[in-house]
Parts: sequence; structure tokens; C-alpha cells
Amino acid sequence: MSEILTLLGSEVQVINLGIPSFAADLAAVGAPALHVDWRPPAGGSVELLAHLTALQLADAKIAAANEEAMNRLAAFQPALIGIDQAMRAIPGVDSHTILHAGPPVTWERMCGPQRGAVIGALMFEGLAATPEEAEALAASGRIKFAPAHHFGAVGPMAGVISPSMPVFIVENKAFGNRAYSTMNEGLGKVLRFGAYTAEVLDRLAWFRDGLAPLLAKALAVSGPVDLKSLTAKALQMGDECHNRNLAATSLFVRELTPALIEAAGDDTALLQRVATFFAGNDHFFLNLSMAACKASLDAAHGVPYSTLVTAMSRNGTDFGIRVSGLGDQWFTAPAGMVEGLYFPGYTEADANPDMGDSAITETFGIGGFAMAAAPAIVKFVGGNASDSISYTKEMGLITLGTNKAYTLPTMNFAPGPQGIDVRAVVSRNLQPLINTGIAHKAPGVGQIGAGLVRAPMACFEAALAAAATEFSKQ
Amino acid sequence: MPIRWLVKPGSYYDSVSLMQLSTKAAATPGVRAATAMMATPMNLETMAADGLLVDELKGAGPNDLLLVVDAAEADVAETVLAQLNESLNAAPDHSGESQTVVPRSTAEAKEALPGANIALISVPGTYAAYEAAEALRLGMHVHLFSDNVTVEQEIALKQYAAKRGLLVMGPDCGTAIINGTPLAFANVVRRGPIGVVGASGTGIQAITVLIDRLGGGLSHAIGTGGRDLKDEVGGIMFLAGLEALEADASTEVIVLVSKPPGKKTMQKVAERLEQCRKPVVLCLLRGGKINVMNPGVHPVSNLEEAARQAVTLVTGNALSALTGDEATNQAAAAAAVRFAPEQKFLRGLYSGGTLCDETMLVLKDMDLHTYSNVPIEDGYALDNARVSREHTVVDLGDDEFTRGKPHPMIDPSQRAHRLVQEMADPSVAVIMLDVVLGYGSNADPAGAMAKAIETGRAARKGGDVLIIASVCGTETDPQKLSAQEAILRNAGALVYPSNTAAARAAGDVLLALEGRGSRV
Repeated sequence: MSEILTLLGSEVQVINLGIPSFAADLAAVGAPALHVDWRPPAGGSVELLAHLTALQLADAKIAAANEEAMNRLAAFQPALIGIDQAMRAIPGVDSHTILHAGPPVTWERMCGPQRGAVIGALMFEGLAATPEEAEALAASGRIKFAPAHHFGAVGPMAGVISPSMPVFIVENKAFGNRAYSTMNEGLGKVLRFGAYTAEVLDRLAWFRDGLAPLLAKALAVSGPVDLKSLTAKALQMGDECHNRNLAATSLFVRELTPALIEAAGDDTALLQRVATFFAGNDHFFLNLSMAACKASLDAAHGVPYSTLVTAMSRNGTDFGIRVSGLGDQWFTAPAGMVEGLYFPGYTEADANPDMGDSAITETFGIGGFAMAAAPAIVKFVGGNASDSISYTKEMGLITLGTNKAYTLPTMNFAPGPQGIDVRAVVSRNLQPLINTGIAHKAPGVGQIGAGLVRAPMACFEAALAAAATEFSKQ
Repeated sequence: MPIRWLVKPGSYYDSVSLMQLSTKAAATPGVRAATAMMATPMNLETMAADGLLVDELKGAGPNDLLLVVDAAEADVAETVLAQLNESLNAAPDHSGESQTVVPRSTAEAKEALPGANIALISVPGTYAAYEAAEALRLGMHVHLFSDNVTVEQEIALKQYAAKRGLLVMGPDCGTAIINGTPLAFANVVRRGPIGVVGASGTGIQAITVLIDRLGGGLSHAIGTGGRDLKDEVGGIMFLAGLEALEADASTEVIVLVSKPPGKKTMQKVAERLEQCRKPVVLCLLRGGKINVMNPGVHPVSNLEEAARQAVTLVTGNALSALTGDEATNQAAAAAAVRFAPEQKFLRGLYSGGTLCDETMLVLKDMDLHTYSNVPIEDGYALDNARVSREHTVVDLGDDEFTRGKPHPMIDPSQRAHRLVQEMADPSVAVIMLDVVLGYGSNADPAGAMAKAIETGRAARKGGDVLIIASVCGTETDPQKLSAQEAILRNAGALVYPSNTAAARAAGDVLLALEGRGSRV
């Protein structure tokens, strides 16, 4: 009642949806009025509108749940605490477990690059001597394929993790949960693009026997590396920490250098090789960025009635999302094609569909969502620097809040948008934007371009329908 | 005739803008029919009926905009189609904005205008409840102008709003005036201590302009939409409005206007009125009666009486019923004896449903019975709303006439057309008109009627038709009451100060015609 009484005593200020002349008339009498450039929600779909309406009825519960989920995101404290082999670091990974990027997918449905990565991983593990043996083993049913996500892990592109591969261990200090990722191999002939030559397997062996042990020792000397402050600085230095990681990589190496030198001791050859490797790999920080985002988002997953999207991921065949209040369900649709620029000699006809767990960065609010921090990315789609700001602002239309820890200089140090709300994606008919590399569809060729892709609307529509059913139960 | 068309997928334009463009295109010489419409199922039916739904368009969906032109020559059709397409791309009307940002949702708008306290919603009915709920979620009151909202949706909205202490005015709420700000179709009325709660838009308009004409003033006019007092809804917002005005320091007298409530709601309202601490004027249209003992509650039987009673309660001075001035009354009497033998009937052409009702009630009380598309008596429904019979009073704002076409208060052409039709009928003696001013209404409704009257008169064979009109408006309305009244008088119409007075005058003329009346 007092709300109505307050209204009767206040200056009327109107938001107008529909007939434009109503707003014009209000302006004529000097009443503050804002006309909305309205269009039917959810692209006019009556079915989706029914789901949105069902969720409106449960709004009190959903609002409280989303606030809880966002508070958990805001409390994030991701720290790199160690590095160890997957079968030791990741609970549940055994000798025949092969993790992969994206939602669940069978060997039969895997795309070329992912199959190539599986073949390479099986050979690396010594479970197969030749690619043919590896393929037979993969198809035999004796390998336990599973999404890396299911084990708290994330991997870029094919994202294959095998038991003896070293993985970063990132702990979210605020909640104690952990996330894992492999180390980034660099560009060219690499496992994550499906290459499985001797060069690739040799590098993986060096990771296991040389780089990882040194890093483990260095971390014991330095203590945990605060990934949040590194990312925050990098976002103010031209990185968005998905497709641009040069500043973050440089900051990481700088921070760890004293400990690396101490840990290497007399082994100058190893130190030299490690330093050379870091100097040539602009994307080393990517996998750490992804693990940090995964650890932060996992803490916000599992809040009943929350419509926060906690994972976006692709396996090169399907695109899948997960929602905080909808448990372990994946909502999937065919992975889309990336729109962008191709390196000389390659065209769309060569491209693999969108692939990798790296969309976890956009899910957390960096990557494409922080494009304002890395204007160079828009050149891949023919845009200019102000377009990069527009993209970030656009993502603000589908997010629940902002990340106060990650501010963007080109937007006057405004905090970046964070927290994709599945309802807003559908009602605004606006798909999350992802910056990503483009892989060749044949295994082992590598990256052939980079650009932008939108998460498929069908995933969000399916999640919305599930939420409408689940969340409106009494 | 050659038809040319264009489909624009994923486009959205509001229906009023599209209608304006369609009308313009259709008026081009050589064009038989033209339309710009979103391809909703209902619109596709309308297009099919107009002969514009070519096979290629049958698969279009509600998010597609269709432009179709049917003309005598192919090149005319193509040119008009191109012009139609170009007008769409012209800059949209954002003259109502106070900021440079153009929000695309209520949530975005609220961020840009954080002090926003009312969402005024007139989007198509399918989406209106969703948008209203979004506004409520954001803590705003809602003025829900849209109709075609289901009663279930209305109940859910109002129950949610009541829990949060918010107001939902509507659905189908044409008029509200809150703290001096006119919303949707509303008049500019003097401020003062009379508050109004109404389930009828034109009812609110009629009462508020009469309060102004009688020298009184308005604190607030709260609309509830026409269905609020039905038992399914239970009068949630009517009672909330009453409670608010009772508590509001600037309100001394409360006027309530509605059709009779449902039985259970009637009981609730009666009980609430017994407790009311301020004087209440209760205007239940269509002859409703309510049993209230509270001597502070004053039942009245028409809109004018409601305004008079309210002003009297404030000033303490009694007011007599409004009548025409000397000249007007003499002219009416003179006309009454000049009709040709075949002239027998009254035709009332109304843009406001409540005014239409009031006229029929006033006439019924004088034992004059009228056919209508919204009859008040059994057995008096018109077979065809577009064809009058004997005494007929039609509400041209009813759904029948406004499906896919603008409301007569906005666009007078349908009513002008009907006026000319009635004036061509030799059996017609009297034509009654309401002319509603204020925001939302046409810029010159009297002018449009005057033009139609001239056209009708020029074509008429037989005795003169007597035009009786009243203007629902104030001197401070954009169209200016006195200016509009003058236009009607210049066209030969007799203009009365209220619809009630006009209806009584028309009734007197008919009684004289029938030889029954005591006044001649």
C-alpha cells in the first residue's frame, strides 16, 4: 500500500513499451519518459514465452539463487598451487581414462582433430604403437571417454587429457575446490589440433619429464601463484585471456622466473629449454586462464533455482552448456562455424566446427565478453576498436552482473559483464559471443584462422524449457 | 490486378506505425489495397480477406514483416511497394526519449531511467502480461493499456502486484492520471481534491472533464481495466485504488465508476465502503445498485451526476443538471417540428463505450429503446453492427470495428464513413456523436466529424438531419474544448455540455417526434 501512496506523491516517470506517441505525449507535458525500442521477447516464439512466464512466477526463488551464485563468483580466489600427472592429481582418472573437451561424445561422432588427439594420446600412453592400433583401441569400448568438465578439468581445442599428462592444479581458495588443465603446447603441429607425429609425442614426453617437474619445484619455492591479479593486470594490457594471452603469459613467466632459476639449480640446459619454450609460446597462459575460470564457476554451480550458465563448451561436433540450478545436464546443439579471417591458403571449406573448453573464459566474463580489452580481435571480423567496446556492452544485456575485479580501461575502467543468464539469452534473442581460433577439419594440420562465433540458441532454449519445468515445481 | 510484395524477416515495427504506413500506401491513386503487417496468424487472415495473401506469403511467421501492394498497373504496385519499404527505413520516432540511449528492454530502460515508477505497456496482448510481470519484478507500477490479455494472466499479475504493494492498471486500461501526469488517453484536468477510481477509460475521461467544467479539480484518476470487478479477479485493484485515495492527503472526495461488479466482489466493495472515512460518489453504470448504509457513500446513476455530486461534496454548493444553452435548446425544439414524415430514427455513433452505454440508458429511462452492437436490453442486438436498424446506438470502439484497424478516437475515418452512410438514410432524424479530446486522441476529431457532416449533407435527399453532439474535453486539452465545440456548431451540430445532457435532449426530440413528449 505504501508503494502506491508513494507513487501518488511522486513525480511520474514512465518507461513506455508499445505505441510511441504515448511517450511523445508524456514528453510534451514535461514528464520524464523513456521509449523502449521493443520487439517481441524470444523472437516472438509463444512456446518460449510460456517458459519465460513460468520462470517469472518463480522469480523470488530464482533471484535469490542467482544472487547467491553471483556472490560465489565474486568471491573467487584462483591460485596455481601445483602441477602433477593427471592420474595422480585428478580423482577418478585411471589408466584407461581419456578426457576430452566439450560435452559427452562417442568416438564415432568425434571430429577429425579430436580423433587425431585421441590417437596421439593413446600412443603417448603406450596403449597403442601405431595410429591404426590406436583407432582400433578407441573404437573397442575399452577406453573410458569422458568430458574433461566432468572431472573438474578443461582443455583448449581437442582438449584431450590422458593419465600421464601433467596438469596444472588450480585451487579456488575461497571454497577449496580445484580445477585442472594441461599445459599449452604452442602453435603448429600440436596434439590439441589433432597432430600425433613423433615431434608431438616427444614434446609431450618433455612436458612430463622436464617442464612439469621443474614447474612443480618452482611452485614449491614461490608458493601459489595468484591467477586473479595476473588476469586483472593482463586485461589492462591488451589481453582478453582467451585469444590474446601475450601479456598474461609474460607476467606469469616474470613472476615465476626467480623460483624457476632456483628450482633448476645446475640444470642450465633444462632452464634454457624452458625459457626458450616460454619465449616462443604467446598462449601459455590460456590453459591457466581456463582452469582459473573453471575453478571459479564450479563454485557457483549447483545452486538450486539459479539460471546462471556455468559452462559453455564444444567438442568440435556439439556445443553444450550447463546451468547452475539444473545439475549435471548438458544442453547441446550442433557446434557452429566460426566467422573470421583465414591464414593464407585456407578457406571456410577447410574449417572444423567450433571446438574446445576455452569458452569457459566467456562463461566467466573474459575472452569475448572482455573484447573491449583487446580491440585487435575485432579485426578478424572486419570491425574497429569501438566495435570491441560495443560487443562487450552487448554482452552486458545478457549477464546478471559485473566482475568488479576485472575492469576495462577502454570503458573508463568499468567492470566487465559477468554471469550469463539463460533467461536473458532467450528473451533478448541474443547469443553469447565467443572469440576463438579456427582449426583445420583434418587432424594434425593445426590452426587456420581466428574469429568470432555465437553460442547456439538451441542450447539456451533447451535449458530454459528444463528450468521452466524444474523451477516451477512447488 | 497485379500484386507486388516484400518479406522482411526478423523485423519488428509497432502496429500503429504500420497502420499509418498502410493507410498512406492504400490511399495512393491506382492502388486497390496495400498493407504492411507482421505475419501473425490473425493478420494473415485479415490479409487473405483483403485479397492480399499471395501463396508465397502463406508460410511467413510472426517475426516477419510483409509488405503487399495490389494496384491497377504493375509499375504502380512496384513504385508504391518501394515507397512503403523506404518509409520503414526512415528514422524511427524517438521523440519521447529523454536520453540518447535507446533501450531495447524494460530492464535496460530502468538502468537508464532509475527513477521510473510506471511502465506504460501497449504491446500486443500475447506479450503484454510477460512485459507487465517484468516491470513488476523491477519494482515498477504498471499501466497495462494492452487488451487480449487472458483473465488468468490478469489474476496472476494482480496477485503478484498486490503482494509487492504495486498497482496494475489494466489490462485494457485506456486512461489514468497520476499526480497530474496524463497516461495514455487522458485529458488535461485542473488539479484539486477529487480522486477517481474507474474500470472504464472513457468513463474516467467523461467524469474528469466534467469535474473540470464544473470548476472542480482532480487529485488522481486510477484506472483498473474493465475486468477488475468481475468475481474471478475480485476487484483487487479497484479496492487497492480506493484504499490509496482514502490514505492520500491530497484527496478529499472519492468517485468510483464501473459497470456493476460480480456478486462476490459487490459484497467485498460494499463491506469496504462501509468502512470508508472519506465521502464516496458511487457510479455503477448499466443501472447497478449496491446496498451500503454508510451515509458518506452517494450512489448516482450517470456520469454527469457523479461529477456534480463530487464537486458539491467539496464546495458544499448544490449544482443543477447541465443543459444546453438558450440558443441550442431553441434550435432543438425548432428542428423537432421540421422533420419530414419518413424521418423517424436516432443513430448514435460513439467512440467511447461508456458514453454509448450512458446514452442508451438515458433513452431507455425515457422509454426509448435502442438497437446496438453492445445492447443494454435483450432482443436489441443488431444482426450486423455495420447496418443500423430503427433507433440504433453503436460503439465504434468495440472489437468488431478495431480488429486490425485503429480505434475511432485515434482515427476518425471509420466513423466518418458511417456518419455519411447514416445521413444517406432518409429515415434518420437525429444523429448523436461524442467527440473525445485529450492526449492520445486525434488532433482534430471535431474537424473530421464536421467534414463528414458536410459530405453527408451535400449528398442528402430528404429532410435535414439533426446532429446532436457533446465534446468530452477541457480548455487545457491540446485540441481545446471551446475550439472543438465551435467547429461542430459551425457545421450545424447542436453541442451540449455533457453526454448526459445531449442524450436527454435527443430523447426529448424523439418523444416530440413520436408525439409523446410533454416538451415540444
